[in-house]
Amino acid sequence: MAESSGAETTTPVSAAAYDERLIRQSRLRKFLGRPDFGALSGLILVFVFFGVTARGTGMFAADGVLNWLTVSGYLMIIAVGAALLMIGGEFDLSLGSMIGFSGMMIALPTITFHVPVTLSVLLAFAVALTIGFLNGLIVVRTHLPSFIVTLASLYILRGLMLALSILFTNRTIVGGVKEAADGAVVGFVFSGTIGDSLFAWLADHDVIGRLPNGAPSVRGVPMLIVWAVAIALVGHIVLTKTKAGNWIFASGGDAYAARSVGVPVARVKIALFMLTAFCACVFAACQVMEFGSAASDRGLLKEFEAIIAAVIGGCLLTGGYGSVIGACCGALIYGVVQQGIEFMQVPNDWFRVFLGGMLLIAVLFNNLIRRRIMSAR
Amino acid sequence: MTPSSDRDGSAATSAPAQPPLIEVRNLVKHFGPVVALAGVSLTVRAGEVHCLVGDNGAGKSTLIKTLSGVYRPTGGDFLFEGKPVSFSSPREALDLGIATVFQDLAMIPLLSITRNFFMGREPVKNRLGPFSFMDMALADRIVHEDMRRIGIDVRDPQQPVGTLSGGERQCVAIARAVHFGAKVLILDEPTSALGVAQTSMVLKFVRQVRGKGLGLIFITHNVRHAYAVGDRFTVLNRGKTLGTFAKSEIGLDQLQTMMAGDKELQELSAELGGTV
Repeated sequence: MAESSGAETTTPVSAAAYDERLIRQSRLRKFLGRPDFGALSGLILVFVFFGVTARGTGMFAADGVLNWLTVSGYLMIIAVGAALLMIGGEFDLSLGSMIGFSGMMIALPTITFHVPVTLSVLLAFAVALTIGFLNGLIVVRTHLPSFIVTLASLYILRGLMLALSILFTNRTIVGGVKEAADGAVVGFVFSGTIGDSLFAWLADHDVIGRLPNGAPSVRGVPMLIVWAVAIALVGHIVLTKTKAGNWIFASGGDAYAARSVGVPVARVKIALFMLTAFCACVFAACQVMEFGSAASDRGLLKEFEAIIAAVIGGCLLTGGYGSVIGACCGALIYGVVQQGIEFMQVPNDWFRVFLGGMLLIAVLFNNLIRRRIMSAR
Repeated sequence: MTPSSDRDGSAATSAPAQPPLIEVRNLVKHFGPVVALAGVSLTVRAGEVHCLVGDNGAGKSTLIKTLSGVYRPTGGDFLFEGKPVSFSSPREALDLGIATVFQDLAMIPLLSITRNFFMGREPVKNRLGPFSFMDMALADRIVHEDMRRIGIDVRDPQQPVGTLSGGERQCVAIARAVHFGAKVLILDEPTSALGVAQTSMVLKFVRQVRGKGLGLIFITHNVRHAYAVGDRFTVLNRGKTLGTFAKSEIGLDQLQTMMAGDKELQELSAELGGTV
């Protein structure tokens, strides 16, 4: 930039003079202006806080880490979907009900109709994707706020799930899936562990502790975490590096402007609703395989937790701005704080107070960032 | 004072041998009982800036939305390069080379300049399954060079469009349309929200684009801005064309008077010393 300043006409001279001042400022702004800046610093803060206060509690021993990673991992799976949908300009309040419903869709056929569990899982995914598709279709066709449309699905799915489980089993908890899934590939895919030999080796070398029965304190990396990381990674790459990602930003930023330059906004939004449904179904499959049962209260309030993670991660409620990495940090903060409070034996109620406060701070912070971007110059 | 419409602008621009880029005759558009356009005629040739002036409610917006494929005309002829056309979506108009830069929704402020510039037409580097990866480095380079050519030094093409000034934003939107091969560029009040320096930046760029042989339709209700860059002027009033005039045929004052149309407004304008 500097070499050309003298060579050309009149304008670049003044531009170059401005540059020297602006470059430094824009670098700072770039750092502060990352959508996930708040969540990243929040995460560091939380780690430092519990690193100091929860030192002797075993929170950062292998099994302690697994404990909060599991909580975070579950949330991460749905937070990524919710974040991408929010960046695309919509909400899905039926996410939590979808978790419960999908879980029942796995357990009911398996237990009452003796359908092979693999088939039940595939069926659950097919049904979930169809419902996601319908959610999306209604939103883009009617132009109603997705808030209302998915609020309706929230009740429909929760009610349907209860009604079906009462109808077929006369109870609200359907158990025995673990036994049915024993040895099946889906059992491993959703609730197995990988890297078992590594953890055995670590236990042999006293890097991690052992349970009283002599097994390593952590058996391996649960598939749940593998799913969470995989979904997050794919989500992040798609959002930032691909054409589809640009379309997601554009659809959420200004659907009308996007449509007028040829972005298939309707298709993008429907695909995103299907993605959240997919994420909810992965969540449900992991949960059902882990607990061995589906129950009527599964996934309760998860839609809000996913939205909280996305917002803490820097997603704007109005769409068009946000990051998957931020949402993952939001999910990690959630898990670390929830379990950290448990480890420190502080009454659990304080966690909600913290979560609400954190959400408020995040929203205010995001608003500030947006104002700075919109009003700069 | 009101010459009958010489809508072909016979005295106007060069080589009428080739068909005009856009020609509309007696275009009519109704919205239910509301008559938005009651017979509008207009021709746009390559290498000219055709200004469409008229007060609010004259039908300017309806006309350009019809030309850009947002609305379907109720009646009348619409020819593009001599052939009759009928668009069912803005995308079809865009594919033929009719690009519209709307004043407010040209850009998404929170997105980066590059992402805005290539929105809907992302350069693809390679594919993996259903996903096409954007060539962000190439996109950044193109944006940087295109902007530099019009005298805007974009320090970082990844900065949000919201950090640009209004004039720069309009220029990015225009440069985008030019880059993607527009033949006709419809500019909807590109200067209405801009200060003096910003306006001259945009007007300078409009001339530069005309030099490339594009046909431009410049919509404004600021006669001064129109007169600064226009080759021909079509005045719209209450859904009708009052006529098309070459720059040599009409003065700034006459144009102003004609646009004001209404008798009382003209008197008011005269009272205020023609500054309205």
